[in-house]
Amino acid sequence: MTLHIDIPEETFVGILAKAFRNTAFVTGFVITVLILAMAVISYAWTPYDVTKLVIADKTQGPSLAHWFGTDHFGRDILSMVMVGARNSIAVALVAVGIGMGVGVPLGAFAAARGGLVDEALMRVNDLVFAFPALLSAIMITAIFGPGAVNAIIAIGIFNIPVFARVARAGALAVWPREFILAARAAGKSSAQISIEHVLPNIATLLVVQGTIQFALGILAEAGLSYLGLGAQPPMPSWGRMLFDAQTRMVVAPWMAIFPGMAIVVTVLGLNLLGDGIADILDPKSRRQR
Amino acid sequence: MRLWKTILAAAVLTLAAGSQSFAARTDLVIGIPLEPPHLDPTAGAAAAIKEVLYANVFEGLTRIGPNGEVLPDLAESWTISDDGKVYTFKLHTGVKFHDGSDFSADDVKFSLDRARADNSVNAQKGLFAAIDKVEIIDPATVEVTLKHPQGSFLYNMGWGDAVMVSPKSADTNKANPVGTGPFKFQNWAKGSSITLVKADHYWGAPVFLDKVEFRIVPDAAAYVPALLSGDIQAFPFFDPDSLAQVKDDPRFKVVIGSTEGETILSINNKKPPFDKLQVRQAISYALDRKAIIDGASAGLGLPIGSHMSPANKDYVDLTGLYPHNVAKAKELLKEAGLENGFKATLKLPPPSYARLGGEIIASELREVGIDLEIIPVEWAQWLDQVFTKKDYDLTIVSHTEPNDIDIYSRKDYYFNYDNPTFDKVIADLNLTSDEAKRKELLGEAQKILADDAVVGFLYELPKVGVWDAKLQGLWENAPIQANDLTKVKWSE
Amino acid sequence: MVRADPSPPMTAYLLKRLAIAFATLVLASMVVFAVLEILPGDPARLMLGMNASADQVELLRNQMGLNAPLAWRYLHWAGGLFSLDFGRSYTYSVPVIDLVRERLAVSLPLALVALALSTIIAIPVGLYSASRRGRAGDTVAMGAAQLGVAVPNFWFALMLIYVFAVWLRLVPAGGFPGWGAGAWPALKSLLLPAVALALPQAAILARVTRSALIEVLNEDYIRTARAKGLPYRAVLWRHALRNAMIPVLTILGLQFAFLLAGTIIIENVFYLPGLGRLVFQAITQRDLIVVESVVMLLVAAVIAVNLAVDLSYAVVDPRLRTRQ
Repeated sequence: MTLHIDIPEETFVGILAKAFRNTAFVTGFVITVLILAMAVISYAWTPYDVTKLVIADKTQGPSLAHWFGTDHFGRDILSMVMVGARNSIAVALVAVGIGMGVGVPLGAFAAARGGLVDEALMRVNDLVFAFPALLSAIMITAIFGPGAVNAIIAIGIFNIPVFARVARAGALAVWPREFILAARAAGKSSAQISIEHVLPNIATLLVVQGTIQFALGILAEAGLSYLGLGAQPPMPSWGRMLFDAQTRMVVAPWMAIFPGMAIVVTVLGLNLLGDGIADILDPKSRRQR
Repeated sequence: MRLWKTILAAAVLTLAAGSQSFAARTDLVIGIPLEPPHLDPTAGAAAAIKEVLYANVFEGLTRIGPNGEVLPDLAESWTISDDGKVYTFKLHTGVKFHDGSDFSADDVKFSLDRARADNSVNAQKGLFAAIDKVEIIDPATVEVTLKHPQGSFLYNMGWGDAVMVSPKSADTNKANPVGTGPFKFQNWAKGSSITLVKADHYWGAPVFLDKVEFRIVPDAAAYVPALLSGDIQAFPFFDPDSLAQVKDDPRFKVVIGSTEGETILSINNKKPPFDKLQVRQAISYALDRKAIIDGASAGLGLPIGSHMSPANKDYVDLTGLYPHNVAKAKELLKEAGLENGFKATLKLPPPSYARLGGEIIASELREVGIDLEIIPVEWAQWLDQVFTKKDYDLTIVSHTEPNDIDIYSRKDYYFNYDNPTFDKVIADLNLTSDEAKRKELLGEAQKILADDAVVGFLYELPKVGVWDAKLQGLWENAPIQANDLTKVKWSE
Repeated sequence: MVRADPSPPMTAYLLKRLAIAFATLVLASMVVFAVLEILPGDPARLMLGMNASADQVELLRNQMGLNAPLAWRYLHWAGGLFSLDFGRSYTYSVPVIDLVRERLAVSLPLALVALALSTIIAIPVGLYSASRRGRAGDTVAMGAAQLGVAVPNFWFALMLIYVFAVWLRLVPAGGFPGWGAGAWPALKSLLLPAVALALPQAAILARVTRSALIEVLNEDYIRTARAKGLPYRAVLWRHALRNAMIPVLTILGLQFAFLLAGTIIIENVFYLPGLGRLVFQAITQRDLIVVESVVMLLVAAVIAVNLAVDLSYAVVDPRLRTRQ
């Protein structure tokens, strides 16, 4: 599915007005802001200390003292969900950064040069795509050891070809346009044109893809942590909490319910936000999805 | 007339079938957590191999009984020379391997020579290290000569790694094990189950079960549903965490027994600052064994103060030496010049006692100022980095081999512990077969390890067994890695 | 994925695509082999455990062929792949191909059931949504699809286990009795995993179906058909759906490849002895030969599906057709 995005020719205020009429955007925006706020607040305050184990209070159901109950070490699950948001957001965000940082220049370069360079880069892309992402992530963590940093690398690597493809497709659509021809006539180099003219025109595409990959990154991080390959204790992580919950489903189902809901809400929020942005900036894309 | 006959026949058949339901069941499905990598107990360290095959399919000269005692097995009796170096084994006659070939002294010589050969891949080669030569006296008599007297030789011959195999099938036992035991191997559905059936001509006391299936259930969460549905009738190694759900159910029997698994916080004794006695003692004071047992083992398991199972007859209680005392731990760190604490790593292998225990220990050591980074590793990495290359600060592992206090005297062992006094005690122990003297030496050995705070001694891994209340004869304890089914039967 | 540049004739195009696919496979095999070379941990040491000496480990390494030169081992392995000789598993010491066959007997039915389920759910939902675009029904259906995309399948699986296995005790919570235990018990144990896999996939598929249909419904020939007085339903079924099938089939193909490999987590949740679990275990047990072979098999499957999708595009693309 190729996206065609024209340069928005509206004023900032106009876009803003459209944004507030878009239900998906507003819902997504509110959820995302709330999750971010939760993560930020957790630095200053959580109901309980998440690194302190209170074995005597283990696996207690939800109560006034512990809204989401306690885990197998007597830690407060609400506090852990709050702190866990930091980890999920950080991992997914940096992974998107890696994907964009490496993938976009590659894609733009391929589009600018064309020919053999383009062909070679796209074949490498195909190669990476041919590997089942999760399996490769598992192998990467098997080599470098589990942990948040290696999870970021594992997820980030698979973001690279995604952004390279999007950037290339977007750039290819922009290159034949008149203002590029004008810039070229003015004697600008390909690199200059890519940075000054192509990139701004594919920025919206990248933002939309960025939110999608952000959401996917949170799911991927949860999956890796669930397999025990992501963030390590004492740092709480949503996927890790589900891993701990699995063998205790019968005695403490709340250990699984709340971190899982945190993941669902966050991913849902990001997806809605992405859809909303795409809708606002490009009404045509509505048909595409 | 013919119709009449048919009806009569049918009636008889129905009656026969009906009466059969009153006889005791003869089949059993046992849940085991790990799949064995292969089925040759003489060529792999994995406990799961022995937990399926030991005493069931394969037998040794001697065997270990339910409480850790040495019993005769394929050797019906033996004599020991006065200098303690020559063992003469008298073998049972009329014993056949499952492939129909006869078992004789030739097979004993073959099995022992194969296990101790230079190109042997036996995981416990040390068991055979004392053997000088194996000679066949007659088809039913074997003489084993040792290089030096060894107090534990008969015990060693009862290990799963020392079972008797036939030269014809030794190379194919990994996929198709052929032994002399009361059960023979039938089928292995990889990733799913291993099935044994009653052997045709067993030499010993007949067994009660006709068919036994070892079902591989790696997920502790699946244990309870499988028991409740009756799919699986016994879990010899149950998950302590799930116990609450079946404890009060009259349909099941819950048996808490002991193992030979000393669960310890291993310390790299050569790596600063752990080379300082005060630091190691500070760690011992910082550990709250009760919290660790509660959090990592559902409150089951006995605390230990040195490297010996409390169930062992030579056990000395040293758990009072380092009571949980945060102030004392901080004071010792200060004495060692580390009043501001320090950072270290804690490498954790996959079992839940290590992963759960590790989180608790990290939190306890943080209280005295030791900041641990938790690094989970797979067994392959653990063996490579920690065990072989000794690239670690702290790790948690359960040493499940029985009577293995001598590991602290081994050169180049991963604790990096070196104490000539201790080594001397173990050397003396190896040459002693007098029970009273052995007890004294073992007590001394335990004391030295505890005084030196060589490692953080945590607790003895419990064996939590849960099975159908009508099932009898399963082992309560786990003196060695085994699920001995020779006495197992259904009541009624 | 449709190429904008002038396309060569069909056969040449086909050959080029095949050559690229082959080159990708060879490159992938090198990558897989190299990656596993640097995987820390010694399979021989793992098999022998804590009490074995260094000499013993070295001996077993020789027996396992681990000490042979790198290039020789690569060529030996890669050469074997061509003749479908995948080598022998280090840990199970049986031919890898047998292991794969055993595990596929679980993974393949699981993937197929999941695929069937997701199609059965997604296509009608997509149709319904497209035909009521913008109305309440569409909003609800697409809202549900949004939610479905956001749910991690392993968490959904845990919830399913809690409700149907622990609470209602309708199905087993995990494990696989084997096809030998009869078709029904085996299928029963695949039911929850299939649902857990299918629903998030169905959400994606429903969204794709809807947007493909909407796009087709806007095309001129549909308007013409409607103008001729054909009832809306007939247009939807006879014309629109058929033409919207290409993107839908593309996604289905990709999902199948994903399902074969992506079952790793679900097979772990339900403890199913499938391909995903085999490769996961093989990584932790350093059964390198199994990892190599299974990964290559999955890579080959993905490449084959991509190739098929590319070729189907080429067949449909009118520009390619006219050049024949």
